[in-house]
Amino acid sequence: MKRLRDVRVLMGSGLVLLLGFALAFPAIAPDSASTNMAVFTMMFVGLATAWNIMGGYTGYISLGHAGFFGFGSYALGLVLAKLGVAGGYTPFLFVPVAGLLTALLAAAVGWFALRTRAATFVIVTIAFMFMLQLLAENLTSLTGGGAGLGFPVAPWRGDFYNIPFYYAMLALAVLGLAVSWAIRRSKFGLGLLAIRDDEDKALAVGVPAGAFKLTAFVVSAALVGMIGSVYGYYVIFIYPQFVVDPLIGISMVLMVFLGGLGTLGGPVLGALILEPAQLWLAYNYGASRLYLVLYSAVFLLVILLMPRGIIPSVRDLITRWRSGTGGSAAAPGAARKPPAPAAGTAP
Amino acid sequence: MTLVLEAAVLGILTGGVYALMASGLTLIFGVMRIINVGHGALVILGAYLSFVLWRNLNIDPFLSLVVTMPVMFMLGVILQVVFVRPLKTDREALSVLVTYALALGIEGLLGYVFSSNYVQITAWYDTASFPIGNFRITYVYVYGFLLCLAILGAIFLMLYRTTFGGAIRATMLNRTAAQLVGIDVDRVSAIAFGIGMATAAAGGVVFGITNTFNPGSHYDLISRLLTIIVLGGLGSLRGAIIAALVMLVIEDVTSVVISPVWASFVFFVILVAVLLLRPQGLFGVTVRDRV
Amino acid sequence: MSLLQVDHLSKRFGGVVAVDDCSLSVAEGGITGLIGPNGSGKTTIFNLITGFIAKDQGRITFKSQLIDGLGPDRVYARGIGRTFQLARIFPRLTALENLLVPVRRSGLRALFSRSDWGHEKSRAMEMLGFLEISHVAGQLGGSLSYGQRKLLELGAVMMADPELVLLDEPAGGVNPALLERIADRIRTLNARGTTFLIVEHNMSFVMNLCSEVIVLHRGRQIASGNPEAVRNDPAVLDAYLGA
Repeated sequence: MKRLRDVRVLMGSGLVLLLGFALAFPAIAPDSASTNMAVFTMMFVGLATAWNIMGGYTGYISLGHAGFFGFGSYALGLVLAKLGVAGGYTPFLFVPVAGLLTALLAAAVGWFALRTRAATFVIVTIAFMFMLQLLAENLTSLTGGGAGLGFPVAPWRGDFYNIPFYYAMLALAVLGLAVSWAIRRSKFGLGLLAIRDDEDKALAVGVPAGAFKLTAFVVSAALVGMIGSVYGYYVIFIYPQFVVDPLIGISMVLMVFLGGLGTLGGPVLGALILEPAQLWLAYNYGASRLYLVLYSAVFLLVILLMPRGIIPSVRDLITRWRSGTGGSAAAPGAARKPPAPAAGTAP
Repeated sequence: MTLVLEAAVLGILTGGVYALMASGLTLIFGVMRIINVGHGALVILGAYLSFVLWRNLNIDPFLSLVVTMPVMFMLGVILQVVFVRPLKTDREALSVLVTYALALGIEGLLGYVFSSNYVQITAWYDTASFPIGNFRITYVYVYGFLLCLAILGAIFLMLYRTTFGGAIRATMLNRTAAQLVGIDVDRVSAIAFGIGMATAAAGGVVFGITNTFNPGSHYDLISRLLTIIVLGGLGSLRGAIIAALVMLVIEDVTSVVISPVWASFVFFVILVAVLLLRPQGLFGVTVRDRV
Repeated sequence: MSLLQVDHLSKRFGGVVAVDDCSLSVAEGGITGLIGPNGSGKTTIFNLITGFIAKDQGRITFKSQLIDGLGPDRVYARGIGRTFQLARIFPRLTALENLLVPVRRSGLRALFSRSDWGHEKSRAMEMLGFLEISHVAGQLGGSLSYGQRKLLELGAVMMADPELVLLDEPAGGVNPALLERIADRIRTLNARGTTFLIVEHNMSFVMNLCSEVIVLHRGRQIASGNPEAVRNDPAVLDAYLGA
């Protein structure tokens, strides 16, 4: 018991350290190349965490989240244009608006998509993403179509430009983690996990699966939409195929799988590992088509070698090691921490 | 009116190609319960293979199938064994990721070898056409359609007249039960994947003749194929074929009646409409496992 | 006053008529057995009552209210719980968590708040104690033995204090010692006020436990009454030995 409290304390302090490091990062590495990398990495930390709320907790794999990412982007861009907001800190205030709009879209899409199960759901989300891309490309009067949509330009200069965006992404990532953690600890979260294990059984014990799944979907999408909106503001000009980008959609999924599906820290870990790697690959090989081949190779290696993800695999390793050396009275691979509503909160 | 009719006929002819590609995709799902999101990329790969044979060795595209189909079949078997079979847990989700990774790899490789310029396979007869009533039909579309009919026919024959076909159908119906009666489901799966690849090769040829394409074309293709098999009901061959024909006819007619731009959109609108009424697709079985 | 009333229920699957104009009623407070040869429609009736499949015809009334067309979660909220033929629990959740999943009829607010957690947790621990499986509280459902799963499943169903519990073959795949324990738990819960409807093939289990028995054959009721009467009913003997 004491050992586990120690572990919790360790985890907790680790988190605080990590957060401190994240907050201080721009001071540590203020050059624009590093902060740019930081912006994208934090972006994916948030995206992966948000995606995990749906895919990890309920087991419903959405491959269309790139659609929400793009929608959030366009939403903010259009709102800013309509209201004539100038560049600076003000646009950030409208990010929640983009989130709300994305939530509404997700409610509609989710209501429809969640009528199906497993395999069909995946495909419907893919179809949704392509539909959104098509709409973005063809509703030219609204979105500018292939010519793109512009955002107000922020007045910051030089190395400082990236900083506010970094903190915005960090804030969203922290928000996502907080929401994810709160869900995990709640009865709602337990219901989601039950749905993942056996949806019909969950229904049989009164879990309102439809409402729960939709809520998770909407929350997940809203977060992704907000992150997408900040991205749009960051890159100043967005185009349909670059903002409703299947690669972004699949990256966030891969990161969660790498880190550990359904865990709290898994998405964070996956993003911290893969995004810098992705950026490095793009920087060094982006010009040639080999970038995709290498990325694909990394992808395949991750999935085939660590299908359960890093965190669950490490956990198993530790449990086995413990019971091997006669540690805690744990059945191999079976026991978890003593009963707590916060099922496995430690990342 | 003639325009609509012509569009409808064209829809049927192109629908044949999509039917062929979609049936491979739905067969793979039926046997292995995996969604091969790389199917589009493999079709494009087939297209490029035939393209190379045609461009460098002047082999007629349809003839090139004699080479490309067996090659793709074997490639399919290898891919299944190496990348799909090892997946034990979370099969459905992971296979989507794996096949997507394969698609990216193929796209990258093709892009590296061929660059992203659009190409098209041409045959000496591809602009030749014959008249029917008030409009003309190009031969190539007809040949493509006939090819698809032939291959689909062969597949149905195999499925319903051979022992191996029986094994495939058994595995599709109930994998565990099939194993219990002694069917080597692993072998069946690998071969089914190979067959899926072979159909992709054939589809690739016809697709490559009737469309310009580049390595990135697989996205558009797979989104349509997935929509088709969902519409038809996952795992249903009949469903895939009918859905393909219906979708393509509607799309081509919409293209003429409304605009080409919204034609692609119609695709998805139909999907939404059908799923609203029948979440399992036209010929799908309701998948609610209960005790 | 019957707790559960099924009137002229019919259900067919393609060409197979699973339930054929079946009517039955379950009185409040007792333990009723539902028996019949294989294929007589017992599990289908359970699925119909609990909202897993839709009826073709007929009415299902619970506590004088129609419950046709309600989904399984709403049926549970009304007060009917069920177990499954092959015990189903949540394999990736611990035993304790399994008991924390069931949703009581307290509305949406309770689902999101954590204020009730402590109370729920102690109820869950109590339930584990009642079922004599407290020692596996922290173990994942997937690692439990089949007998433990059966008990856990029963516990989960009971967590929301349903008035009627449908048990689908509670004796299936269970050794005699555990069987007696299960029977004993059912008796205790019944004494506390829960009505049971039990589908079972194990005749001695049914005869010992049930005060009333309903017999189904080919989708309709052919007999009902106390166990002794039913056992000697010629129609029943015919159904089991004939067909």
